Amino acid sequence: MDENLTYLPDSSDLASQLGEKDGIKEKLLRMCRQNKLAAASAIIIFIIILMAVLAPVIAPYGESEQDLLNRLQGPSVAHWFGTDELGRDVFTRILYGARVSLTIGILPSIIALVVGVTLGLLAGYMGGWVDYLIMRVADVMLSIPSLLLAMVVMYTLGSSTMTLFIALSMVNWASVARVVRSHTLSLKESEYVEAARSIGVSKWSIMFRHIMPNCIPSLIVLFTLNIPSAILSESSLSFLGIGVQPPQASWGLMVNQAKEFLFTTPWLCLAPCLSIMVVVLAFNFLGDGLRDVLDPYMKTQ
Amino acid sequence: MENENNILEIRGLQSYFFTEKGVVPAVDGLNLDIPKGKIVGLVGESGCGKSMTARSIMGLLKYPGKIAGGSILFDNRELVGCRNRELRKLCGDDLSMIFQEPMTSLNPVLKVGRQVRGALLTHNRSLSKEEAKRQVIEMFDRVGIPAPEKRYDCYPHELSGGMRQRVMIAMAMICKPKLLIADEPTTALDVTIEAQILRLMKALQQETGMSILIITHNMGVVAEICDYVYVMYAGQIMEQAETFELFDHTAHPYTQGLLASIPRIGANPERLHTIPGVVPNLLHLPQGCTFCNRCAYATEACRQSRSELQSVNGSHLVRCFRREQREEDAV
Repeated sequence: MDENLTYLPDSSDLASQLGEKDGIKEKLLRMCRQNKLAAASAIIIFIIILMAVLAPVIAPYGESEQDLLNRLQGPSVAHWFGTDELGRDVFTRILYGARVSLTIGILPSIIALVVGVTLGLLAGYMGGWVDYLIMRVADVMLSIPSLLLAMVVMYTLGSSTMTLFIALSMVNWASVARVVRSHTLSLKESEYVEAARSIGVSKWSIMFRHIMPNCIPSLIVLFTLNIPSAILSESSLSFLGIGVQPPQASWGLMVNQAKEFLFTTPWLCLAPCLSIMVVVLAFNFLGDGLRDVLDPYMKTQ
Repeated sequence: MENENNILEIRGLQSYFFTEKGVVPAVDGLNLDIPKGKIVGLVGESGCGKSMTARSIMGLLKYPGKIAGGSILFDNRELVGCRNRELRKLCGDDLSMIFQEPMTSLNPVLKVGRQVRGALLTHNRSLSKEEAKRQVIEMFDRVGIPAPEKRYDCYPHELSGGMRQRVMIAMAMICKPKLLIADEPTTALDVTIEAQILRLMKALQQETGMSILIITHNMGVVAEICDYVYVMYAGQIMEQAETFELFDHTAHPYTQGLLASIPRIGANPERLHTIPGVVPNLLHLPQGCTFCNRCAYATEACRQSRSELQSVNGSHLVRCFRREQREEDAV
């Protein structure tokens, strides 16, 4: 090329020299520094996940190991959170219950995310009858109280962990689809999508490689906020007796069983209730913190 | 094709917006030729249908816009009524486009190198990713992006406007198009960068022998690089000529107005020259000449009927009744 094309130094060069790259990693670090609550929540969630994964190693007793001579004991050195009506160690069952709660919190949220993103992209990008069909189904889903919908699904398909997955996924996909659709509607009018079309990129590639990455910050936030609602739903369903079936341990189920002894041994109820509260709060705080740093539409400070 | 030397021939193109209030003829009966290896300018005010023409060629008209009639022949292929899939195959390969806003026409969450690579891989599926990356870096180098290996992994927000427009040019050029449509490529850039980008486009054009259609409202840009110019007003061509012919023997009052509106250094008038009035509402076009309401020479005849494009001098055509009379007045 001739000398006309010689390069004039510009701001971009300065920016990269100063290392002003603000990727997701930097944003997460910034969140940890500025938002102590979110950072603490992340640590708590990490510890709880670790404890759930390592439950068989950490737990001092077996999941369903009964000790009928030591029923309904208070907290002690041998049994940190006491024992239940069958003499099972409550701490052990909390650990095993965490496995259920976290799987049921996270897996259906992932399924809901995948289904919701796909349908939302299709609805937003295709428009027309595809959009109409998908969004009317989503509207129906959103207009039925989620717990009621989950209960109907559980009743028709029978109670098992598998049906719980299906029920909770069905409850959550619609809100994801809505968010993704609205993003898609505004993004598909943007110039860079048009530029991509003008170089012949196929519509699938535009949807999943050009539009979807732009939704990721919102999706991360939605995901972290969907988890606690799924955990709460699981607890509610188990509490009502149509979720996880005994003898499997689940926090909701434990609350259900402990309510019989609320006036004689209140601590029995306290342990699973507190566990639910801590996990749900931690996910909510983390979600809020993530939204503050990731959501481009919310300016911090 | 009527002329084998043309890469693009537009005949009687009608691109209309079908709105609730009525049909808006944004482009009305446009004829345009782009010869192989030439740079053609399409000039006009905002809203005169320049961008609609570009979008019609690329098949990017948005609802409620539609091509209502006419033909667009590109390299012996008819683009009007062409199936979307075939058009997509062509676009970006033989036919590509640069957009006005380099700030918004790159996807902010994808690395620029990958976006350009995507354009290449879409049309050359057999190419390996490493080979594609090598070609992208080579192209970055050719469009004057410094340290191309480093820029490959940059996000658009890390680049300046001029750099981004270079990336856009690289993206449009990566598949070696036969025709490049540049829709106001320098409007969003400052004048020094504008000159660089125009020189770059001219150099690339001479290197590859492609044709360029430059859409602009800036007569300076036209003078800088165009071989042939079309002046558009309210959806119709008002005057067309080779660049020097147009500047030396301006025939249409509208073109004269455009040229007179360019501020000149040294001349120090109280007020800058403007063309009085505004572009007419395309929904309620005057019955006669679309420019008659703003034209100093308009007569009753101009208000009653429209002139056809008539030859002034060889390929210099003008759409005006009063041309000959004004020439006589001038003499």
